Amino acid sequence: MKRARSRVGEPPPHLGPRDLLAEALAGILQRPGRAVLTVLGTVLGVGAFVAVLGLTATATGQIGAQFDLTRATTVTAVDQPDTAGLPDGAVPVSDFPADADSRMARIDGVSAAGVWWPVRNDPAVTRTPVGDGNPAVTRTPVGDGNPAVNRTPVGDGNPMVTRTPVGDDDPGQALTVLAATPGAVRAMSPRLTAGVPLDPFMERTHQPVALLSAAAAARLGVTRLDAQPAVFINGLPYTVVGIFDQVRREPGAPPGVLIPSTTALDRFGNPGATPDQAARALVATRVGAAAVVARQLAVALRPDRSEAFTVTAPPDPHSLRDHVTTDLSGLFLALAGLCLLVGAVGIASTTLVAVLERTEEIGLRRALGAGTRQVAAQFLAESTALGTLGGLLGTALGVLTVLAVAAARDWTAVLSPATTLPAPLLGTLVGLLAGLYPSLRAARVDPLQALRTG
Amino acid sequence: MSTAGSASAPGSASAPGSEDVPGADVSGPEDAPVIELSGLARRFPGPPPVTALQPTDLVVRRNDYLAITGPSGSGKSTLLHLLGLLDTPSAGRYLLDGIDTGPLSDPDRAALRGRRIGFVFQAFHLLPHRTALENVQLALTYHQVPRAERRPRALAALERLGLAHRTDALPTTLSGGERQRVAIARALVNRPGLLLCDEPTGDLDSANARAVLDEFDVLHAQGLTLLVITHDPTVAGRAGRHVAMRDGRLTAEVTR
Ligand SMILES: Nc1ncnc2c1ncn2[C@@H]1O[C@H](COP(=O)(O)OP(=O)(O)OP(=O)(O)O)[C@@H](O)[C@H]1O
Ligand SMILES: [Mg+2]
Repeated sequence: MKRARSRVGEPPPHLGPRDLLAEALAGILQRPGRAVLTVLGTVLGVGAFVAVLGLTATATGQIGAQFDLTRATTVTAVDQPDTAGLPDGAVPVSDFPADADSRMARIDGVSAAGVWWPVRNDPAVTRTPVGDGNPAVTRTPVGDGNPAVNRTPVGDGNPMVTRTPVGDDDPGQALTVLAATPGAVRAMSPRLTAGVPLDPFMERTHQPVALLSAAAAARLGVTRLDAQPAVFINGLPYTVVGIFDQVRREPGAPPGVLIPSTTALDRFGNPGATPDQAARALVATRVGAAAVVARQLAVALRPDRSEAFTVTAPPDPHSLRDHVTTDLSGLFLALAGLCLLVGAVGIASTTLVAVLERTEEIGLRRALGAGTRQVAAQFLAESTALGTLGGLLGTALGVLTVLAVAAARDWTAVLSPATTLPAPLLGTLVGLLAGLYPSLRAARVDPLQALRTG
Repeated sequence: MSTAGSASAPGSASAPGSEDVPGADVSGPEDAPVIELSGLARRFPGPPPVTALQPTDLVVRRNDYLAITGPSGSGKSTLLHLLGLLDTPSAGRYLLDGIDTGPLSDPDRAALRGRRIGFVFQAFHLLPHRTALENVQLALTYHQVPRAERRPRALAALERLGLAHRTDALPTTLSGGERQRVAIARALVNRPGLLLCDEPTGDLDSANARAVLDEFDVLHAQGLTLLVITHDPTVAGRAGRHVAMRDGRLTAEVTR
């Protein structure tokens, strides 16, 4: 180049980057409508690419957020007692056998398991004679004969728990009273701040004892256990054996008061029959055993009536992630690739048409001193700019899609900068490759022929 | 008007068709040859093959004002394209400002074309989506003229052709005469030494044609070398030298 320059005494033709960009943009803006249609394929391709990667990352992040050890090691089974043939308002016997705790504990992988249910306080129900000859569930009718119940206004269906036998000026505290077997209490893993949990002895002997949450204890004014304080549920006394400040495995509702299930059966009758009132099992499993335990649970409880239980296992994080990865990513990335190919063909054909349409311009530029290289560079820049434009629009579209989906699902959008920031360059690359052939054609345009037309 | 041609050295074109280098070509630097052709020919391979330009000798000196006339298809445009380095000859030698253009690479030819030659075409060849000013600036794009200089230089060129008030107009809104003046401004903005014009007045009415020819006279008086192809005898009459062309041959110099 230097030798050539000295030979003709003129600097070789040159098109600086700013001029190149200006020419490329001018060429695109010459036909804005066509440019928009041209980049559509690239927009969709890059957009799909960004959206798929973003959604995969977002969904995976979501799984990560949901995946905690407690959830992954918790299996539940809800009883659906058979109410057929029972008189209206009658409460059937729970399908859980009396030895449910030990039956579940025998399943390999179970670390603690038990039965619990929210204690009912429905006068209509408690008046109903219950019992079908099964000694485990034989009931003392509760209600009419109990002056405390009759005297106390019942609010939201929760039994009234009071510090004193329901009296004149104590309106009582509506607390969530749960009946729980010792296994259920262990599965909940309450963190005791004082006393002891409910144990098999209390269960076996139908003790009137209660385990209080710290919040319930505070509301009832129970602070110390050394004096063996009592609380009253619907007027009947229970000795407080322990206080816990939190449970690791929340059974469903935050428990306020836990009482032995045998005691609850004696005093409040059978668990309800509706799904939110029915007795249920809470099973703590070892890590990774949840799915296996869930499969065996119903049969282990009642080989004769396993269909009575609706067993819920935690979602398997691996299968969820695989699902997202294979289904979404695989298919849509292939689609994104297809869109990019279509986009490249679109840009290539548009640029080729532009070259053919603008041969006069090419000839003129050659007459004004442009070399073949400058002409080629101009059209290559034009296609590259088109691709970059498509890449930018596509990236914006992809990001918006991820944000919209995340917002709709209440997820946290995860957009990795490593894949999002270079995404427009994907469009640049598409445009560059698409422009190779057209720019070669532009360079080969004969200025003579080009200027003759006109 | 006709005095403009007197500055040139008449009779410097050699005998047409001769294979020899023209004899009387060495003068002072004032009339150094700008164009020196020896046996330059152009044959289009076809089919059918056409010899548009027979081997031709021609010398055009600095500040010559040369008109080439001839019937359609006689090879005038072919010659002009060869002189403008837009086409390559199939035989012969072409020296531009003493530089043998034969062995030059494409960038070198482009550099010479852009810097030393200005073109004026019958069809104007203005970019339709660019303003008059942008069209003129386009000629400065390829020659490393700093961006800051381009606008004032293009404005000055337009102003000089009486278009200061139309700088932001699109070519479609300009009259034919105005368009050709924009094209001339574009051809001059690089300060070339040689102006090649192919039927510059072909698409203009007589008033506009006269204005363009007046401008050529001014340019010639300022030292520019002009070569004008035309059908129009009145246009040829304004030039200092007049060469006729027929069937790809330069015929004898027309003297007046
Ligand atoms: N690219 C080409 N291929 C084949 N033949 C060509 C080509 N260009 C020109 N010719 C032929 O060369 C001859 C000279 O053409 P040229 O354009 O130089 O004529 P001209 O004198 O400029 O005519 P006009 O006055 O009509 O413009 C014509 O016969 C033309 O057909
Ligand atoms: Mg012609």
